[in-house]
Amino acid sequence: MKVLLTATGSSFMSGFKKVITSIKQVIPDAEVTVEDMTGGGDHLQVNVISQSFSGLSRVKQHQLVYKALKNELASEAIHALALNTSTP
Amino acid sequence: MNQETREKIESLIKSNSVMVFMKGNKLMPQCGFSNNVVQILNALGVGFETFDVLSDMEVREGIKEFSDWPTIPQVYLKGEFLGGSDILIEMYNSGELKEKIEIALAS
Repeated sequence: MKVLLTATGSSFMSGFKKVITSIKQVIPDAEVTVEDMTGGGDHLQVNVISQSFSGLSRVKQHQLVYKALKNELASEAIHALALNTSTP
Repeated sequence: MNQETREKIESLIKSNSVMVFMKGNKLMPQCGFSNNVVQILNALGVGFETFDVLSDMEVREGIKEFSDWPTIPQVYLKGEFLGGSDILIEMYNSGELKEKIEIALAS
């Protein structure tokens, strides 16, 4: 079941919104989409597009996003995270 | 992370050209992401060593601190941290992984 974050209201959505705001706090210009890979709300595909990634290695780009999601990852709110980062 | 764990991690990374910290082992990966990495390295025909982090909680947590990377699996090539499942897949699909490994193993 692929749920792309939209404005529909369900408990996962608040979780997804938190993921987006956490990322935007560290990467303000980020364009973020969150997809639920399994329907359980904790296996997420997160795509982040930001100008601030340019010149950074993939590892560094992902580390930026991981830092932003430190709490979600530590609390296992996100159990599995497939990450895709790119510049616009 | 205590000194003993740090030394254990460092020696594993130093003594193996391609080192994978994963859940499970080559024959029985215990997680989809760890399995991705095993399949990719097998597809490239690359020899690699693995460490099952499920067998050692100190290493499981220590490796995340060591590389400043919060997830498992983690792949190291000649001591350099390459990334986890996502980055390996991206590099494999772009052909960059095959090239990087060939260069590293040739040197």
